[in-house]
Amino acid sequence: MAMTDVLRPGYLQVRVLDLEEAIVHYRDRIGLDLVEVAPDGRAYLKAYDEFDRHSIVLRQADESGLDVVAFKVSSEAALDALAGRLRNAGITTTTIPEGEQPGVGRRIRFRVPTGHQVELYATIALSDQGPMINNPDLWRTEPRGMRAIRFDHCLLHGQDIDGTAKIFTDILGFATSEVAVTPDGQPIAIFLSCGMKAHDIALVRHHEDGKLHHVSFLLESWSDIGHAADLIAQHNMSLDIGPTRHGATRGQTIYFFDPSGNRNEVFSGGYQFYPDNPTRTWTADQAGKAIFYYEKKLHETFLSVVT
Amino acid sequence: MNAASSPPDVPDAEFRVTFGDGAGGFGCRPDERVLLAMERQARTDIPVGCRGGGCGICRVQVVRGPYRTGPMSRRHITAEDAMEGYALACRLYVQGDLVLVRRPAPAASIPARVTT
Repeated sequence: MAMTDVLRPGYLQVRVLDLEEAIVHYRDRIGLDLVEVAPDGRAYLKAYDEFDRHSIVLRQADESGLDVVAFKVSSEAALDALAGRLRNAGITTTTIPEGEQPGVGRRIRFRVPTGHQVELYATIALSDQGPMINNPDLWRTEPRGMRAIRFDHCLLHGQDIDGTAKIFTDILGFATSEVAVTPDGQPIAIFLSCGMKAHDIALVRHHEDGKLHHVSFLLESWSDIGHAADLIAQHNMSLDIGPTRHGATRGQTIYFFDPSGNRNEVFSGGYQFYPDNPTRTWTADQAGKAIFYYEKKLHETFLSVVT
Repeated sequence: MNAASSPPDVPDAEFRVTFGDGAGGFGCRPDERVLLAMERQARTDIPVGCRGGGCGICRVQVVRGPYRTGPMSRRHITAEDAMEGYALACRLYVQGDLVLVRRPAPAASIPARVTT
């Protein structure tokens, strides 16, 4: 459950080099439902267990990467209050009018110090294909592909992760669940939660700003991670690493790439986080264990390959 | 070509991918992607990243030979780069013997975006 006015990561818009290839990947492999390819050319998708109209937006462009990650807040009044707090902190905000994305209300957009665009919104249409609410079955129709339950979080790379984290903690009310630090105490990775998930967004220090490390989807179980691995093998998808487990957040995981090279994760498990929990800390000499708990070492391109 | 009509014990005709610096080289099937051919043969001539034209780590320059390319991030292969034979090996389809030079993406030289 949410513990702040920010409820959860709501949607993410990612750039893809070929929309048709990307739709096949996100719909047929990850298992999202295609809501529509809108007249604006963007494809809107949602996971079967999400109530809101869409959670993933695909935009064809000549460069892969992240356009924006957006967080749903509890009310229009909360949206106004958060926008005011951003402006009071000297952060420039832009209002995106209702309807710029189908079904989505007014959005407040701002840029964080790591160069990423972040949005807040309170209003989005409910999907007519959301989870059942009267004598509900598990699903309306059996899930496809990797059976993703929801868009869960993303990991972003950039230089001033302290500055970006400060906006999430001091203005948006997130708590720091975990951090990895250099010997002199400089954070190199920061995990932030706005509710009871081990992370709703994560940041890693990197020499380039505005980069996307991965978009993550929740699966039900460790055996579903194995099923995802089977699909990755069967369909010759681009595997990065896994199945394995993270030390940080404890998630059971597998990483792979969409056809445009944007990294995806599907994961299960992880602990429940309360905002009064102490922050867990990883030292640089244990970074391998923090990231890949079984292998206890990083592989060469996991942190350097980003879009 | 119809691969199904080939006798099963005859391997597909292979082109040769070599490097301008004279190091190594490997076979590549017609219209196969260079990076995937390399991985299939457990070679490590070119670094492997996303395999989808997004990350730029497998950037090369074709100095000789026929090829075509799939979609690649303009950030890593500009229109000018493409005219000069630059490509990402993961989106580089072989249509004859190729000679390549490794050209890692100059990501470190890309100025950081102005932040507010």
